[in-house]
Amino acid sequence: MSALEIPYVYTPREDTGLTNAKLGIWLFLASEVMLFGALFSTYIVLRVGAPVWPRGASILNVPLATLNTVILISSSVTMVMAWAELARGQFKRHKLYLALTILLSFGFLIVKYVEYSTKFHHHLFPSKSTFLAIYFTLTGLHGLHVLGGIVVNTYFLGPGAKMWKTEPQRFMGRIEVAGLYWHFVDLVWIFLFPVLYLL
Amino acid sequence: MHQEHSAEEVQKHVRTYLVVFVMLLALTFVTVAISRLHLGVFQSIVLALIIACIKGSLVALFFMHLISEKKLIYGALALTVAFFIGLMFLPVGQMITAVAL
Repeated sequence: MSALEIPYVYTPREDTGLTNAKLGIWLFLASEVMLFGALFSTYIVLRVGAPVWPRGASILNVPLATLNTVILISSSVTMVMAWAELARGQFKRHKLYLALTILLSFGFLIVKYVEYSTKFHHHLFPSKSTFLAIYFTLTGLHGLHVLGGIVVNTYFLGPGAKMWKTEPQRFMGRIEVAGLYWHFVDLVWIFLFPVLYLL
Repeated sequence: MHQEHSAEEVQKHVRTYLVVFVMLLALTFVTVAISRLHLGVFQSIVLALIIACIKGSLVALFFMHLISEKKLIYGALALTVAFFIGLMFLPVGQMITAVAL
């Protein structure tokens, strides 16, 4: 082992039973829970304090958001399949599922773009009402997370995929970690959808 | 942990993912259908949050493999959940104080 080699990239540490990347991503996701938690908490304060609160469905497009929910759930399945295919050594199929995940992520952003532009077209900006302010803040932050996921997954589909030939275990760990992040993005949307659109 | 995966083991995982996928889709449509019934605000919120929690748990348990994870991660998440609940009840505490004043 050279002095510069990073330890525990695919062999678990004896004390934690985890690779460093796995522990790292979970701690990062814990901090993400608090980030979104703060905004959900803000939502409660704003909603309870408001004299009137609109039903999300009266302002927002529920069919489009339902479509986006289906898209994001599907992308979670293709992401976990990308990992499962690596686990059985099917690299080509892994790439196919990863590409599908990226495609679905773009699909989500396109639908979101249509929603946003319709709102702007009707002069429904964040400054228009408290509801719209928290709607744009929450979905905007979530959208940035989707964008982040696309960047990471595209890297692993492109230049990052070279690692599969040299260090397959490490690459599989990376896909697992990227997957954990992606499922978290899906999980946040699962709560955003009813809170903003249906209640 | 994931060094060796037999073909059958992965196949079993894949079947689980598909079952979870179908359940998530079904619950999405259930939650939309319930919202169209125009129940009272309180009932709507409780029902929608229960369904969202079930869906979230399915994703966390099966896609994120939390159903079989190491103790340290459970510990870190337990701490996160405790703080998250605190964060959600912070506004409630504030409201009680406001009413008392």
